[in-house]
Amino acid sequence: MTTLAYTLADSWVMLRRNLKHQLRYPSMTLMLIGIPIVLLLLFVYVFGGQLGAGLGAHEGRSAYLDYVVPGLLLITVASAVQGTSIMVAMDMTEGIVDRFRTMAIARASVLTGHVLGSLIQTLAGMVILIGVAFGLGFHSSAGPLPWLAAIGILALFAFALIWLAVALGLAAKTVETASNTPMILLLMVFLGSGFVQTKTMPGGLRQFAEYQPFTPVADTVRGLLTDAAVGDHAIAAIAWSIGISVVAYLWAIRLYNRRRAAEPK
Amino acid sequence: MTGQTSAPGIAARDVCKSFGSHLVLDKVNLSADEGSILALLGPNGAGKTTIVRILSTLISSDSGSMHIAGRDVVTDPDGVRAVIGVTGQFSAVDNLLTGAENLRLMADLRHLGREAGQRRVAELLEQFDLTHAADKLLSTYSGGMRRRLDLAMTLVGQPRVIFLDEPTTGLDPRSRLTMWQIIRDLAAAGVTILLTTQYLDEADQLADRIAVLDQGRIVAEGTPAELKSRVPGGHVRLHFADPRLLHSASELLPAAAPNQDQLVLHVPADGTVDSLRGLLDELHEARISVERLTIHTPDLDDVFFAVTGSHVTDQPDHDPTSRGAAQR
Repeated sequence: MTTLAYTLADSWVMLRRNLKHQLRYPSMTLMLIGIPIVLLLLFVYVFGGQLGAGLGAHEGRSAYLDYVVPGLLLITVASAVQGTSIMVAMDMTEGIVDRFRTMAIARASVLTGHVLGSLIQTLAGMVILIGVAFGLGFHSSAGPLPWLAAIGILALFAFALIWLAVALGLAAKTVETASNTPMILLLMVFLGSGFVQTKTMPGGLRQFAEYQPFTPVADTVRGLLTDAAVGDHAIAAIAWSIGISVVAYLWAIRLYNRRRAAEPK
Repeated sequence: MTGQTSAPGIAARDVCKSFGSHLVLDKVNLSADEGSILALLGPNGAGKTTIVRILSTLISSDSGSMHIAGRDVVTDPDGVRAVIGVTGQFSAVDNLLTGAENLRLMADLRHLGREAGQRRVAELLEQFDLTHAADKLLSTYSGGMRRRLDLAMTLVGQPRVIFLDEPTTGLDPRSRLTMWQIIRDLAAAGVTILLTTQYLDEADQLADRIAVLDQGRIVAEGTPAELKSRVPGGHVRLHFADPRLLHSASELLPAAAPNQDQLVLHVPADGTVDSLRGLLDELHEARISVERLTIHTPDLDDVFFAVTGSHVTDQPDHDPTSRGAAQR
């Protein structure tokens, strides 16, 4: 086999290991998939009437459901990557990672396994959330192509945040830290166009909300699903995703290799 | 690989390593012939784990040349990784998988292929007496079972050189004997083994050669017999009820060393029954009654005293590579 074939084979083995871990640790997997669904119900049925009125629509609650689904898809991503960070940090405290390092295997395959496993989990979470949203009466005028594009944009953004979570998990000294740090990502969804329009926010916050990465992703997905114009949002969303992926990937690999070199106490 | 059979299993020269300003390894030389067992003996903090981590490519050395089965640790780490197996002090098993899944994981990462992998897994489960627990999660395993699985995982790829870092620490006596037998069988099959230990009897039982490591330096090296010949030997301790008896006894036995505080007399002895009988007869004839007697055989402390001039003390764990210690 060639080096590339070995890398793929090793990553595949590590992916299977990661998926098995998710099945053996179902409480966490279920919680991470459950959080967005609970928030969906909360925002539609508790806040939805009033927030929908703010959109200026006639049927407030159902208009708000259509508005908020992209935001909750982002919550699904942010929630899933919290699991990534925890799983990576847990792995680093186990002796088995040292064993992997003494074997002739593709070095990054441990991390690749986590990334691919989390991506699958995130996509599964999104499918479940969309299913529940349709059950509640979510309405989309988009055809199959815009839907595919929306899923693609979300997957790309998820890929970026998962690498970021891998780096955070590696940087964390304890599993508790690894669990807490990615909470910021959940907050970022609220500080953007995920739940309310940014134009309703006060000056400074509004500026932050308009220029942070979650907003163009939410706007692009919302535009695609409602068959509206997407404009520059898509370009910004893709640029953010690629930028975060590259930086987070390099950071993660550096952390992983440095752990090998010096082993801080 | 017949072309490489002439290369020694392990050859390390002038290996140095510092962590910050702390010199952990000071020009360490080690060598082990193919199929032999080399024991690295030393107290906590001597640098045993560090040398294992360096030779198994986990961390880099500051200087020195190291070859494992003829492959250079510095320039060809992947070549080394392909022929070694490592079982560290802290279990390197995946706790969320079953025993069989752990072994399968290793077989897959060694690229054994489906059928050969399954065969090897079944073989090892059988050999390590784990077949009954193959499909159980590791949370149900006992300490001895985990250690056996750990070693079985190391052996999946049929390594030619194995590093065992304190393989029996924390095991009950029966598991310890089982582990010893496994190690002997491996060496008999031609595998080169470097094992670290704090126990002289373990090194004595298993090793072809022993290297004694103290504060990062090799202070003695040789066969178990050679090392023991450098130890002054055992002695008999006689405990007395009062100081007058101790005094009379020490006059009778001028070679002995009295300890007034503990009312104990240290009498050099070779440990044979005849010499012991002679000693007791002598005391009996002089009508000196001995309260209690203990026989002391040479141990790690004696070897240390003989080669370093100081006793084994519980040194602080300087070794930052044993990260697991702080977490368990």
